[in-house]
Amino acid sequence: MNQGDLEDGLVEAIRKAVTRVTSETEDALRDAVDKEGSEGPKVQLNAILENIGVGKGECAPICQDTGTITFFVEVGTDFPHIKILKESIHNAVKRASKEVPLRPNAVHPIDHTNTGDNTGRFIPPIHWNVVEGDGLKITVMPKGGGSENMSKLVMMTPGKGLKGVKEIVIDQVAAMEGKPCPPTVVGVGIGGGADVALELAKKALLRPVGTRHPEEKIAVIEEELLDKVNQLGIGPMGVGGKTTVLDIKIEYAHRHPASFPVAVVPQCWANRQAVLELKDGKLEVKG
Amino acid sequence: MKKVLTTPIDGEEVKKLNIGDTFYISGTIFTARDSAHEKLLGLSDEDLPFDPSEYAMFHCGPAIHKVDGRWEVVSAGPTTSIRMEIFEDEFIERFGTKIIIGKGGMGDRTLKALEEHGAVYVQYTGGAGALMAKAIEEVEDVYFLEELGIPEAFWMFRVKEAGPFLVTMDSHGNSIHKDVAAKVKKNLERIKADL
Repeated sequence: MNQGDLEDGLVEAIRKAVTRVTSETEDALRDAVDKEGSEGPKVQLNAILENIGVGKGECAPICQDTGTITFFVEVGTDFPHIKILKESIHNAVKRASKEVPLRPNAVHPIDHTNTGDNTGRFIPPIHWNVVEGDGLKITVMPKGGGSENMSKLVMMTPGKGLKGVKEIVIDQVAAMEGKPCPPTVVGVGIGGGADVALELAKKALLRPVGTRHPEEKIAVIEEELLDKVNQLGIGPMGVGGKTTVLDIKIEYAHRHPASFPVAVVPQCWANRQAVLELKDGKLEVKG
Repeated sequence: MKKVLTTPIDGEEVKKLNIGDTFYISGTIFTARDSAHEKLLGLSDEDLPFDPSEYAMFHCGPAIHKVDGRWEVVSAGPTTSIRMEIFEDEFIERFGTKIIIGKGGMGDRTLKALEEHGAVYVQYTGGAGALMAKAIEEVEDVYFLEELGIPEAFWMFRVKEAGPFLVTMDSHGNSIHKDVAAKVKKNLERIKADL
């Protein structure tokens, strides 16, 4: 594997990520059509499914907001090319911006200039996770502005406990209405500090739709919250209906006794992800 | 069977639409976001580059690029309409636009203007940009591209059976967005009381 292979693999992963949703997401959307009783939500879901089909068939970005291309890198301590990873990711984003193409989504916060290639200061965001071994696994997640704007962090009074956590999640899903393009996937991060909670909430979105947290006591909260938020009646794209959230994912960290951060980060129905993985010395892109 | 409206828009057809109806459009639609609304409202009638009463307006900032000298739409889903609430009643009144396409719904000022001028607000599914790109046969024209930039410029798209468009605010004072918000508020109270 050389830098060229790595960049090619990353461009392919970005292309795959912006042109399709995860297969679990598509299955969940399909199941939702049958659950909805009235015409409005069915129209929205069918248009979503038809759109997913066009994206796949024509290898076209499913949404014009190709998002902030966000990377989750799991790299082994013995992986020999750590030095070139960051540069390769930046190069791949620049190339993908032209070749796919992606909408230019990196704007200077003070003077509003757009870099034009989706890279810039601290952008694309790269989350590093160093593990044992010599492997490499990079997950690409395009994160759209509409859903990111509906993120929320609450530094909860610890005495409010688990009931307080549930209220924050349900209140936030209600407040989001149709704005984050429901049916969404909702990531929830509990504990740590403010930064840890938000990062956990975003990372929680990586867990496939339909899978529960391995710890039973967290899994039951996920299930309860999923049931409750879908009773709100917001529905697909906010036109009313039974499917507001496809899944809720909770991750947690231990917390300071005086702090109880609760973060909520939604992802739109266009839950797009792709994985680039090194297997037996060869790079593979998985949808 | 698919209900298809054609441009120039027939105002009488629009008045017959009710919330919950679904239709498609063949003809020309133009895009307009925040800056585009402000731009058009700032022009005198004789300086308008096109007649906004004839076409459907689409709240959209497309992903678009030039291939062999021709504009090609990559993806064109709707943007959040409520940002245009501060302009829309004046826009409808002055320009007579009868169909507004967006996502997420609009507020009371727009609802009143729709009623007064026989217009509708329709929702196109958020994120369904690839599907819309497929329905766009040609980019007919673009106005104020240099001044406003790609996402904010007026793009004139010739479309064939673009949609589905769901009427969520009609010309009779009804709004699905308002109805859903009221229901969600009630449901939220009940759900929290049971926690």
